[in-house]
Amino acid sequence: MVRYVLRRLLQLIPVFLGATFLIYALVWALPGDPFAGKCGQTACPQSFVDVMTAKFNLNDNIFVQYFKYLGNLFTGDFGETFSGNNIGQMIGDSYPITVRLALIAVAIEAIIGVTAGIITGLRGNPFLDNLVLVVTLVLIALPVFVTGIVLQLVLGGDGLGLINASVSADPTIGELIIPGFVLGSLSMAYIARLTKTNIAENRRSDFVRTAIAKGQPRRRVVGIHLLRNSVLPVLTFLGTDIGALMGGAIVTEGVFNINGIGGLIFRGVSEKDGATVTGIVVLLVIVYLMVSLIVDLLYAVLDPRIRYD
Amino acid sequence: MTDPSSTAIQADSGGADALAHAGGSGGDKAQKPRSLWGDAWRELRRKPTFIISAVLIVVVVLIALFPGLFSARDAAFSDLNHVNEAPSGDAWFGYDNQGADVYARTIYGTRTSLLVGLFAALLTVVIGSLFGIIAGFYGRMVDSVISRFADIFAAIPFVLGAIVILTTFNPPGSDPGAFRVISQVVASIAALSWPVAMRIMRASTLQAKQLDYVKAARGLGASTGRIIFRHLLPNTLSSVLVYGTIALGAFIGAEATLSYLGIGVRSPVVSWGSLINDAKDYFQAAPHILLFPAGFVTVTVLAFVMLGDAVRSALDPKSR
Repeated sequence: MVRYVLRRLLQLIPVFLGATFLIYALVWALPGDPFAGKCGQTACPQSFVDVMTAKFNLNDNIFVQYFKYLGNLFTGDFGETFSGNNIGQMIGDSYPITVRLALIAVAIEAIIGVTAGIITGLRGNPFLDNLVLVVTLVLIALPVFVTGIVLQLVLGGDGLGLINASVSADPTIGELIIPGFVLGSLSMAYIARLTKTNIAENRRSDFVRTAIAKGQPRRRVVGIHLLRNSVLPVLTFLGTDIGALMGGAIVTEGVFNINGIGGLIFRGVSEKDGATVTGIVVLLVIVYLMVSLIVDLLYAVLDPRIRYD
Repeated sequence: MTDPSSTAIQADSGGADALAHAGGSGGDKAQKPRSLWGDAWRELRRKPTFIISAVLIVVVVLIALFPGLFSARDAAFSDLNHVNEAPSGDAWFGYDNQGADVYARTIYGTRTSLLVGLFAALLTVVIGSLFGIIAGFYGRMVDSVISRFADIFAAIPFVLGAIVILTTFNPPGSDPGAFRVISQVVASIAALSWPVAMRIMRASTLQAKQLDYVKAARGLGASTGRIIFRHLLPNTLSSVLVYGTIALGAFIGAEATLSYLGIGVRSPVVSWGSLINDAKDYFQAAPHILLFPAGFVTVTVLAFVMLGDAVRSALDPKSR
């Protein structure tokens, strides 16, 4: 187990370096004047250019720049924007909101998706089966922003008046339920399908037949024997999804005007502030990689049949 | 949104490619046992989801090929007297904020959206298959290097990566040409999605490599190229093609999403995405301008996802 963890951590290093360098190079190394439009209508004064060049190490070649950036990052310093705002603090203000949104999305998709999967997997009712099939197909086909906009139109001020078009600056859990539903809608469909496939497969397995033959009540067979085994792949899916949803939250945050990381990225992009964009992407890459690793390890803990050595 | 179709496919791929035999598409000769594809075709013909999705796709392709047949008005038509008018008998989908006919523009936008989806899916499948088959076939060092290289691209969240790529090549306020922006959208979608195709291809190559007839071919002295193209490729292609079909749909949705964010295909190019981009600032006042193109996107994506789903379960012997 320890060796496996070490090996996985070693494998993460080149992936982390590659992904962050790719982003860094895309943002910083492309031709074009980094000071274009930074000082309004006039050209930037030489003193400003000198200070900024020194601050962002623009005179070094891209590799040296990147490693200097990385060095600062490991001391917890995300750097500053061109206008001197502390990026670490900006991220610290908006990131918890995105995390909250992603966690709500995961909770909603897990509850609805697994329930739908269990109901259809046990094959109670052909009508319900088809209903869930159609609903999951439609959810997969609907782009997230369309789901968001439609729900906002229907539930918002001009429709039923249940939600506000924009959530407040520091949204409560109640305000984030609809955005969370929107964000998680796609994965919800996948979870329903994944649960259904697994339950349908495990229903015919030997351990379920044994449990029934032993005279176990149906509730126990389904709840303990069948469900525990079928939910494992769903758990891994949910884990990786937490990482993926944070990156995907940008669209949802845009639709509902949530003050999360998406807004920060867009401000960074439109103000051509490379440091902000790089900082956020690096953070999300780290989160994604760490969550995938934890999920992999968790799998071994939850399923004793799997042994890493 | 990370590439939406990836995880579901990884979750249950591997069924279709476990089959040893995948012959050509002929299978109706009485004396010959039916091939995998022949079996699949017989199963598909009776499936309602396959028929519905096939009809939808044929209609969408016809619209893309001959938009003039479906709309009397040109995409450039506009009449400022009708600005933001709701749907009516005169204009089925209403008018947009420039007085243009939303129906006509949606019809004429079909071609671009479909092409973006098609080329992005093709590029993803080609790059992914190439790396996947090399990684699976050679194994060891080659496999590790390619897999880690793919992980790098997989670790970058889709929307975020696309934002960074597309804004660095087209800074806000610049006006790239139509061809340039379309090919950039295609390339960035493929660059961020190929690892999925690569993993699918690698997994099926690893499986197919162990089969007896591949060992036999190698024992007979067949060259590497011959083993890959004659023996491995026909048996590993089905799963990656199923992925490609679903990805085609997903990428049409991705094109719309990128345009919604303002970084994808934009005016004057007419595509479903660019219509959505034009409409997004007015959707509270005139939702029809946005909802009709978005509806076209949804129905088309639905058709491709359904088709991919149906083909996958038809190819999977376990589901019979």
